Amino acid sequence: MPEITDILNAIVLFSNFVLVPAASYGAQLALGALGITLVYSILRFSNFAHGDMMAFGTMVVIIVTWGFQSMGISFGPLPTALLALPFGIVGAVVLHLAFDKTVYKFYRAKKSAPVIFVIVSTGVMFMTNAIVRFIIGPGDQRFMDGTKFIFRPREFKEFTGLSEGLALKSTQVLTLTVAVICVAALFYFLQKTRTGKAMRAFSDNEDLALLSGINPDRVVLITWIIVAALATTAGTLYGLDKSFKPFTYFMLLLPMFAAAIVGGIGSPVGAVVGGFVIAFSEVIVTYAYKKFFIYLMPESLEPSGLMQFLSTDYKFAVSFIILVVVLLIRPTGIFKGQSI
Amino acid sequence: MKALLNQQNRAPLAFAVMGLLLVGVGMGQSWPFALAILNLCLISAIMSLGVNIQWGYAGLLNLGVMGFTALGGLAAVLVSEAPVLEAWSVGGQGMAVSFILVVITIVLSILVYRNMAASWQRRLTLAILYIGAYFVINNFYEPAVSAIEGVDPATYGFLGGMGMPIIFSWILGGLMAAGVAWVVGKITLGLRSDYLAIATLGISEIIIAVLKNEDWLARGVKNVAGLDRPVPFELDLQSTPWFIDMVQSIFSGRLAALVDTQRADALNQLVIQSSSIFVKLCYTSLFTVVLVVILLLSIKALNSPWGRMMRAIRDNEEAANAMGKNVVRQHLQVFVLGSAVVGIAGAMLVTLDGQFTPSSYQPLRFTFLVWLMVIVGGSGNNLGAVFGGFFIWFMWIEAEPLSIAFMDLVTAGMDQASGLRDHLLKSAPHLRLFIMGLTLLLTMRFMPKGIIPEETRLHSV
Repeated sequence: MPEITDILNAIVLFSNFVLVPAASYGAQLALGALGITLVYSILRFSNFAHGDMMAFGTMVVIIVTWGFQSMGISFGPLPTALLALPFGIVGAVVLHLAFDKTVYKFYRAKKSAPVIFVIVSTGVMFMTNAIVRFIIGPGDQRFMDGTKFIFRPREFKEFTGLSEGLALKSTQVLTLTVAVICVAALFYFLQKTRTGKAMRAFSDNEDLALLSGINPDRVVLITWIIVAALATTAGTLYGLDKSFKPFTYFMLLLPMFAAAIVGGIGSPVGAVVGGFVIAFSEVIVTYAYKKFFIYLMPESLEPSGLMQFLSTDYKFAVSFIILVVVLLIRPTGIFKGQSI
Repeated sequence: MKALLNQQNRAPLAFAVMGLLLVGVGMGQSWPFALAILNLCLISAIMSLGVNIQWGYAGLLNLGVMGFTALGGLAAVLVSEAPVLEAWSVGGQGMAVSFILVVITIVLSILVYRNMAASWQRRLTLAILYIGAYFVINNFYEPAVSAIEGVDPATYGFLGGMGMPIIFSWILGGLMAAGVAWVVGKITLGLRSDYLAIATLGISEIIIAVLKNEDWLARGVKNVAGLDRPVPFELDLQSTPWFIDMVQSIFSGRLAALVDTQRADALNQLVIQSSSIFVKLCYTSLFTVVLVVILLLSIKALNSPWGRMMRAIRDNEEAANAMGKNVVRQHLQVFVLGSAVVGIAGAMLVTLDGQFTPSSYQPLRFTFLVWLMVIVGGSGNNLGAVFGGFFIWFMWIEAEPLSIAFMDLVTAGMDQASGLRDHLLKSAPHLRLFIMGLTLLLTMRFMPKGIIPEETRLHSV
């Protein structure tokens, strides 16, 4: 039997490299997937421009953050980016509405097939991508300031006396807090307010909603505002936690879609759950368990290899395989999708 | 004007304009550059034909073009590289065992799937089968991989290929893409159109991830350079007597006007220039042959009863189904065919580049750009797709210098030292993505059928 400290060490190790990073990544994916699911259920198309829209909002946040930093404004221990977040949201809302008015509105009026929407959303994706690269460049940007760690591995080791350290980055706590607030506010809005109910009605049955006097333009407007806010928040949190790079944000599209579909596209609860399912599977499957087992197993059974199911380069493959399995076994997702 | 733009005149007119544009580049910039664009135009046209088969004929939204292109590229490596015998001897056995075990697993899972009723027991059995197979296969696979990758990693570290002329890879590339497309299609073709788009996008990313990480296959991100060529090398040509004679006779007038001392130098210069043009022309003719063959076959297919059935399925799936057409099977067929064409183009592209670099496969360039070609050119019309391939590739190349020129103009009045001016000039190349997106949106809005639209076939009763 392993000793109690070994078990604790194993748990700490697992938390440090799997649980904590996956939880914050999951929260970021969940916020992104919420945006995708809202567009899908209310505007009725798969928005391929979502990743780049996220990049755009985050870019505005970064630029405003730089402005604040040069003016000497800071947010104490919290990252300055949080102060800049409202500006980013406004920027993203303006861009979303501009694209809606110039692009999507026309096809909505024509009641075009979903495929047409997918194609035009790739056009929007190209343009947004170009705008972002044009303004901030294709490279990596870091804009995290304030306190980096709640506690560092060394502090944790000294505090507990264990040989494994646990780091808790402030961005991870921040991500989870902000995500919880956003999701709670969104669910309250959808369930309790008049506008939220109108949106759900519109998503359930468009014709019936129109007959009951719901203003479709207003529903669309509010949807885009919420989607822009969620996307910018998700993008900023991701950027604070890791770093900002336009191409990475484009690539986030796949796990976000996977999250939305796995959870049940159109279902906000599903998007949140799906975000965590995808994030945890990605991290769990690509983590090398060698050290973990060394703590838990008697010496004679110690693993020789890395004990890694898949190399980290296959992270995207994991989300995708889950996506395909769900599409095959239960196409409506974990929570029955298609309605909010 | 209107008569000039009617249906019949559009295609010749469009291609004439395209020809003029290329000639313009030849005269204005340089001929080798124009030929380089033309060669890629030809390859793009083939890719665009492939996507047109899927989207234009059958309405399938395949966003996995990049993956099939890369598979074609892989075929180029597997065909043309010499086999690395040492790697085969250390790891070949392990690889062969793993391969056989994979096949056995697949056969077993098909048997389980067929013979058990749809239930949680079946899912559980399959899950246990896969997890068990994973651990068993890894026992053979991982040692084999590390053995193979350990063989002189700086130059080899992979199994090599078959050591055949690279031109055969154009066939193998098509076959490999078709094979993978069959599997992918089997899994995804039942899905709704936009799910299919997401699924194929994901699969193409996985293919690229495999190519980047499985070094034993094609060296991964270490790339395979210096591939065999179906055409002579420039340097060899420059010392080949018949080629020098040919250059001499073509430019005899110009050479005769020179004094003897300069003539040798001038001839040397001309030979160097001509060798580059000659090699490019060789590629051009090879690519043209492939394009023409595929184009003729596509036109023939589209006009045949098969093409009619495809259009019927595209325009009204339920009706076609009710008429006894097996929609899913036809979709699978057309998905495989289109992907095969894309795979051929992928192999040709790597042949032209002379190297296989998995990290160069980017979805914007290899998936969405090809889509743009089909939509702008005219989906459902083969000539339209070919034209789209030419036109969009031309724009993709020329948009960059144009954006830079545009930014030069915009920033002309600015202070030389201003940071904004620097930034604008540096970022100008990114404008081409903007131009591409705008082109797509404008086409979809104002010319949804593309520049050379599909013919409307009306039959009088």
